[in-house]
Amino acid sequence: MKRVVITGQGAISSLGTSAIATMEGMREGRLGISDLVIRDVDRLSVKIGGQVHGYDGADYFSRQELVLYDKFTQFALLSAKEAMTQSGLDISENLSLRSGVIMGTAGGGLHTQDENYRNVYEAGKNRVHPFVVPRLMMNAAASHVSMTYNLQGPAYTVATACASSNHAMGQAFHMIRSGATDVMLTGGSESMLVFGGIKAWEGLRVMSKDACRPFSANRNGMVQGEGAAVFVFEEYEHAKARGAEILAEVIGFAMTSDAADIVTPNQVGAARAIKGALLDAGLNGDEVGYINAHGTGTTVNDKTECAAVRDVFGTHADKLMMSSTKSMHGHLIGGTGAVEMLACVMALRDGVIAPTIGYEQPDPACDLDVVPNIARDAKVNVALSNAFAFGGLNAVIALRSI
Amino acid sequence: MTQSVQDQVIAIIAEQAVMDVSEVKLDATLEGLGIDSLGLVEAVFAIEETFDVQVPFNANDPADSQFDITNVQSMIKAVEGLVAAAGN
Repeated sequence: MKRVVITGQGAISSLGTSAIATMEGMREGRLGISDLVIRDVDRLSVKIGGQVHGYDGADYFSRQELVLYDKFTQFALLSAKEAMTQSGLDISENLSLRSGVIMGTAGGGLHTQDENYRNVYEAGKNRVHPFVVPRLMMNAAASHVSMTYNLQGPAYTVATACASSNHAMGQAFHMIRSGATDVMLTGGSESMLVFGGIKAWEGLRVMSKDACRPFSANRNGMVQGEGAAVFVFEEYEHAKARGAEILAEVIGFAMTSDAADIVTPNQVGAARAIKGALLDAGLNGDEVGYINAHGTGTTVNDKTECAAVRDVFGTHADKLMMSSTKSMHGHLIGGTGAVEMLACVMALRDGVIAPTIGYEQPDPACDLDVVPNIARDAKVNVALSNAFAFGGLNAVIALRSI
Repeated sequence: MTQSVQDQVIAIIAEQAVMDVSEVKLDATLEGLGIDSLGLVEAVFAIEETFDVQVPFNANDPADSQFDITNVQSMIKAVEGLVAAAGN
């Protein structure tokens, strides 16, 4: 089997318009959640989110590009650009045939949908822009990344709700490990902060109206965010031969389905995914120093996740660190695992563990070291990233420093 | 004939419990009726739609919400309060 390494990363989130700025925000424990600035916000009961304020697509893309790029595609392309620049990869004609892209998203072009539903239902218009379909389709971001960098191998989008990014990156890992490709651009993108996207979540009654406080006894729900992250996954020998800077190695991945409930998380399914990732990577539990938690800030997720971690790691659960960066950038739904992977790379490469901010009261059901409120310097060799989606779909990735 | 708040709330709960309204007793709990968290959220939605009110309910902490779901009686009382406050 081939080894897989990360040679570039890019992102945009409410913490900043690059991976560098996003990680800086994580290091500072900065709060990226604030009052939403969107149309009809007065008709929402949830009025906060991890929004990329001041963002204007026209600052980055031409008019001809913008007519085809929904915001989720723009976020993906900006992230891909940063990642490709960092990787220093030159996609030759030969390499293009062995390169691909797998992106995660849960909602696709929701800005396009929201605007055009308004046009036809609310405004009663009978005509929509000719590019509504190519803008809103779930694979738009993956396709535009493929076109921009001439990646002619496998290209597709994975939609598994809050685990979309982890499933996407896991599949990209498999592609290179199996020898099917040499380079994969992978990650996730989401821009669900539109009236319909938030209203739908409101209905479930799991949203907080004031803050995301994962693992804190007074947590009262999740807060949505928006943004993207894209990584360059590359076959190890290929990266080494061209002298690329290697950020981390991807060493394991596992996915499981609870086959139980459409919304309630399940300790057994989560634990099986974590164990599976360890097994796939050939790791002992005690080698894991950091877990980027799914940590949504809902009552049920956080206690279920902590119980699953205890179940898998036993006494080592008290030695490892586990934080939820959703407390800072919000829950990016289909894009969340990708942005959170940055925290794993930061832990492995820079020795800085991102904190769980907003932590106010210990909860006996979440009695792990959640790195409360302030980032911590620590040497970590192996990190995991958890994602547990609605629908009972779990995906866990293991990374190692190199 | 206008149905009472009590009758309408019981009808909503009975639908979630897949029972006849006559089987939904005032002292019954949601758990006893076999209504899970999703069923409860759907019942809250049905109450809001039926009475045109906002029910203060967060699934993360039902006990801390200002909507008493101890049993059928307490829910009826809470809905009556919301309806009176809304002046519907």
